[in-house]
Amino acid sequence: MSAAAHAVSPAASLTSAGGTNARIRVTVNGQAVVAEIEPRTLLVHFLREVLGLTGTHIGCDTSHCGACTVLLDGKAVKSCTVLAVQTDGREVRTVESLEVGGKLSPVQEAFIECHGLQCGFCTPGMMMSATALLAKTANPTEAEIRDAIRGNLCRCTGYVNIVKAIQSAGQKMQSAAGTGGKA
Amino acid sequence: MIPPQFEYYAPHSVDEAVALLQRFDGEAKVLAGGHSLIPLMKLRLAEPHVLVDINRIPGLSYIREEAGHLKIGATTRTNDLLESDLLRRSYPILTDAAHEIADPLVRNLGTVGGNVCHGDPGNDLPACMLALDAAMVLAGPQGARTVPASSFYKDTFVTAVEPTEILVEVQIPKARARQGSAYHKIEKRAGDFAMAGAAVSLVLDSAGRVESAGIGLTGVGPTAILALRAGNSLVGQLPDESHLAHASQLAQEATQPASDLRGPMEYKRAMAGVLARRVLDQALARARGGG
Repeated sequence: MSAAAHAVSPAASLTSAGGTNARIRVTVNGQAVVAEIEPRTLLVHFLREVLGLTGTHIGCDTSHCGACTVLLDGKAVKSCTVLAVQTDGREVRTVESLEVGGKLSPVQEAFIECHGLQCGFCTPGMMMSATALLAKTANPTEAEIRDAIRGNLCRCTGYVNIVKAIQSAGQKMQSAAGTGGKA
Repeated sequence: MIPPQFEYYAPHSVDEAVALLQRFDGEAKVLAGGHSLIPLMKLRLAEPHVLVDINRIPGLSYIREEAGHLKIGATTRTNDLLESDLLRRSYPILTDAAHEIADPLVRNLGTVGGNVCHGDPGNDLPACMLALDAAMVLAGPQGARTVPASSFYKDTFVTAVEPTEILVEVQIPKARARQGSAYHKIEKRAGDFAMAGAAVSLVLDSAGRVESAGIGLTGVGPTAILALRAGNSLVGQLPDESHLAHASQLAQEATQPASDLRGPMEYKRAMAGVLARRVLDQALARARGGG
């Protein structure tokens, strides 16, 4: 990780005139990160190559497949189609943030239990879309789940077990919430 | 793929953004949601020397009724359209269209302003704006001007927006009683651009006759198309089977599709007629209080 983590005030007017690098301050998986980057750096490259967070995959690189899905201020987006400079002052969550203190998130557990993957390439993106959906909709219908992962392509599974996994994760989170646990 | 190099500016006001566009006259592009521009840059189909990112300009993201209009700010995300109760209630055509734009990940960033002024005939909102008789508010060096949707689309990727102007707002005449609207497209793959799409907004009078009808078409010509004769053919009529069939036929005749990877032109033309009819039926059902 070449980017140092120290606090600075957000850039009042972020510019990079004359081909110079831009300095961004972004919170990635809860950690403040400051970095000097070329404005053309895509978020997915910033995450993988500057921060070493290779859980976010590059699939089609043409905004279609969703393998690069991350959460930007809580919303699922395709990080191959976002400039890293656009995330200045904002919060990014990647698949690496799902596991906390060695404990998998309900979405991760459910993908394992329901076998919601085969080759696993689309899985980080699928789980990030699922995480965004379940944060907003506690007990989604199958139609809502299918709609939420419309931007995430899986070429192995036929989606059936992915949908089951997301349903199961939703139920886990609800019962955890019901018993005073924390999802 | 990595985009070519560019200088990046993130202004905090429309005036500042316009001043940048003036300063880099013709060399700068506006970055909104980026979901058309960034892919085009990766493919080197666009190589702007300067990007003016309007996402940090406050006050450009809103959906509200005001002074006889529905006003939508340029950086309103297309998912915001989908989540708006006001639109679902009074402008369902925009809820329909938002649901059919790409996928939720794209819609979380893609903007209304970008969809409207990118000028791709496959974008879904232009046909809706034509059907709704919307107007585009453009901010430029001489201040703001308003361009009706019907004269906004010049050619593929060419709109009335000058290189030193920014689309800041879309204005749609406020919904009336007995107004119904709908949008639908067919796509080759989930989340793809339309093979053909149709947008309808119509108003009935108290006797059930059509007072006005706008029909817009997606993906079947060099720009989104306003099927003027088709819409006008319904005005003053009780919209029965023969009038609706005739209007759909006229809509089909207004198309100028090209054969491409999304389908042969004969198919696109035929589907424009089919979709115009389906969407007319749905808009009518909504105008009558159903659907």
